[in-house]
Amino acid sequence: MPYPAPGLDQATTSGGFLLVLSVVVPVVGILLAFAAGGRRAERIALATMPLGLVIVAAILVALRRADAPLIYLLGGWAPPLGLALRADGLSVVMMAITAIVIGAVGVFARADFATPHGSVEARAPFAFWILLLAVWGALNTVFVGGDLFTLYVALELLTFAAVPLVCLDGRAETLQAALRYLIFALLGSVLYLTGTVLLYGGYGTLDIVLLSRRVVADPATLVAAALMTVGLLAKTALFPLHLWLPPAHAGAPAAASAVLSALVVKGSFFIVVRLWFDVMPGLPGLTAAQLLAVLGAAAIVVGSVVALRQERLKLLIAYSTLAQIGYLFLMFPLAFDAASARLASGGALAGGVLQAISHATAKAAMFMSAGLIYAALGHDRITGLGGIGRALPVSVLAFALAGAALLGMPPSGAYLAKELLLQAAVETEQWWWAVAVQAGGIFTGSYVLLVLAHALASADEPVTLRVSVSRMQEAAALALALCSLLLGLLPWHGYLPIPDGIAPTPPAIAALAFTLWPVLGGLALAILLGRWSVRLARISSGRVVAATVGSPRRAALALAGTLERLDDLLSQWLAAGLALLLLAILFGAAMLAAQ
Amino acid sequence: MSATTMFGLCGAAIVGLGLYGLITNPQPLRKIVAFNLIGSGVFMLFGGVARRGAAAGFGGDPVPQALVITGVVVAFSATALAVALLLRLFESTGSASLRDSMASAGTDPTDP
Repeated sequence: MPYPAPGLDQATTSGGFLLVLSVVVPVVGILLAFAAGGRRAERIALATMPLGLVIVAAILVALRRADAPLIYLLGGWAPPLGLALRADGLSVVMMAITAIVIGAVGVFARADFATPHGSVEARAPFAFWILLLAVWGALNTVFVGGDLFTLYVALELLTFAAVPLVCLDGRAETLQAALRYLIFALLGSVLYLTGTVLLYGGYGTLDIVLLSRRVVADPATLVAAALMTVGLLAKTALFPLHLWLPPAHAGAPAAASAVLSALVVKGSFFIVVRLWFDVMPGLPGLTAAQLLAVLGAAAIVVGSVVALRQERLKLLIAYSTLAQIGYLFLMFPLAFDAASARLASGGALAGGVLQAISHATAKAAMFMSAGLIYAALGHDRITGLGGIGRALPVSVLAFALAGAALLGMPPSGAYLAKELLLQAAVETEQWWWAVAVQAGGIFTGSYVLLVLAHALASADEPVTLRVSVSRMQEAAALALALCSLLLGLLPWHGYLPIPDGIAPTPPAIAALAFTLWPVLGGLALAILLGRWSVRLARISSGRVVAATVGSPRRAALALAGTLERLDDLLSQWLAAGLALLLLAILFGAAMLAAQ
Repeated sequence: MSATTMFGLCGAAIVGLGLYGLITNPQPLRKIVAFNLIGSGVFMLFGGVARRGAAAGFGGDPVPQALVITGVVVAFSATALAVALLLRLFESTGSASLRDSMASAGTDPTDP
């Protein structure tokens, strides 16, 4: 190194080179695929995936051994002059889950985006494999980027890779959805960029570690924090800034939807976490953190209720993503340490990140099985799913397991996340967020059960499958669902700040209660709000249920109608744009008030 | 008022104009132009910051200039991607509007 580095955090650590590899390997894959042409893109992408997994495993080991963040200084230049790549437990965990989901999507997509011998090269497979690698490379850059401008570039790369995935099949609706997504995402990223200008103007550096030592609560910094937060929320599609998400995620091909819903929204979420917990933990204050969680709770309610009212499975899953994104933001007020008036990296943060990871695996599995059902039936109307449970048992099982994992059945990652959040709610004496955490599980249960009830019902006429479903594809969906269901058993202690005394598996009775709550509550919600086919309502037990729930159902449907109209309103540009500006002002005011 | 402040205020005004256009104008092409306007405003802010942070003997701090160059490249690629999407949309539907995408997304084209 040309310049001996002062201080511990200013030197490349052993294993730091692995961070470079994690970014470079997918990018090299992209370049090779471009050069080698359409037919070989698939093989190159599939060859890159195990390599990426090995690199992530090596990073996991290196981090555990070093017991401190891995650092790589690009060109040997230390910040503020140079750029650093850093990986702490949080980033490594996210990288690992990204590699796993990308690998599973790669296996799943082989059937849909293959270029067999003797067939003409098509543009969609070529684009898909390259974009998949691009999403991966961009996400790894987001996770290891050590300064705010690198994160900006990584975020833009992620958007540019994700947008074309939406419109791979080139239908007009998906083109429109992609354009909406792109323009709204650009609005978000330009707000983020404005924030970085203000921070650079104030402190002369954008390096996360240096900034965290220098930031003070002056007006420019608070404005920057508010703008960056809101810009990132727009990219994460947190309610009420979600106008682009449902059409984009529901219109894309199944493999692409899985990547978009599971991974891409987590990129900007991760930067919100970095910004609030690492760059300026002392600045936002409790009010702004509460505001974030209020938006999250609103997202859970609106997203879940609108999901229950959808006619199509893919749109239901897209709205469920909306609700699950809300769940991720419940951790912010729970992580607030009142004694030091700053956000602390403790159990709440670990819970939020675990929830993000569980959602990534479970949602990818759900979109995959929905894609298989769609392909086999030729439609995905929820009321027309009868008999599919018998025709495609493995796909429906994958959906059910992913749903069980998502609603927090032990030993899933979502269960562990819920425990951590509940414990944090008790410790910080914010019982209302404990209610929101539990309600989130019940809402999740409602739409999972609605789909399963339809899928497991018998059909009017025997189900004829349009195409036979590939075993590989079913296996990929099932593997991801199982992964999500068993995430709670992994040893997270070395990587996430999990407090002692949280058991990965509760005693059997507690486990049963933990599962029963969301299932029973969800069942009630599904009966009240879901769409039921005429035939299900006609059978005798259906008639009894209909007689008893008739009037509460009418009231619930009226409420749901109001929420649906709210969602319609917010899917218009003017309303979403004004909500964005309003949120920026609110966050600025909340942060100013905290000082 | 110093030249730097003037630049900053002009940048802010341009960002404001762009935001107004991006939020209120229904046509995608105008939205794309408005996005570029916001970008120019932000780059002007960067210019002001570079001037203010200049060390003795320098005309400006070089780091913000490097950031602006990168930002211009990113904005250019974003614009190219958006315009390409818009052209494809126009080719396939004969109109370029962002309305009503909710009703039809996620439907199967072969579905009766």
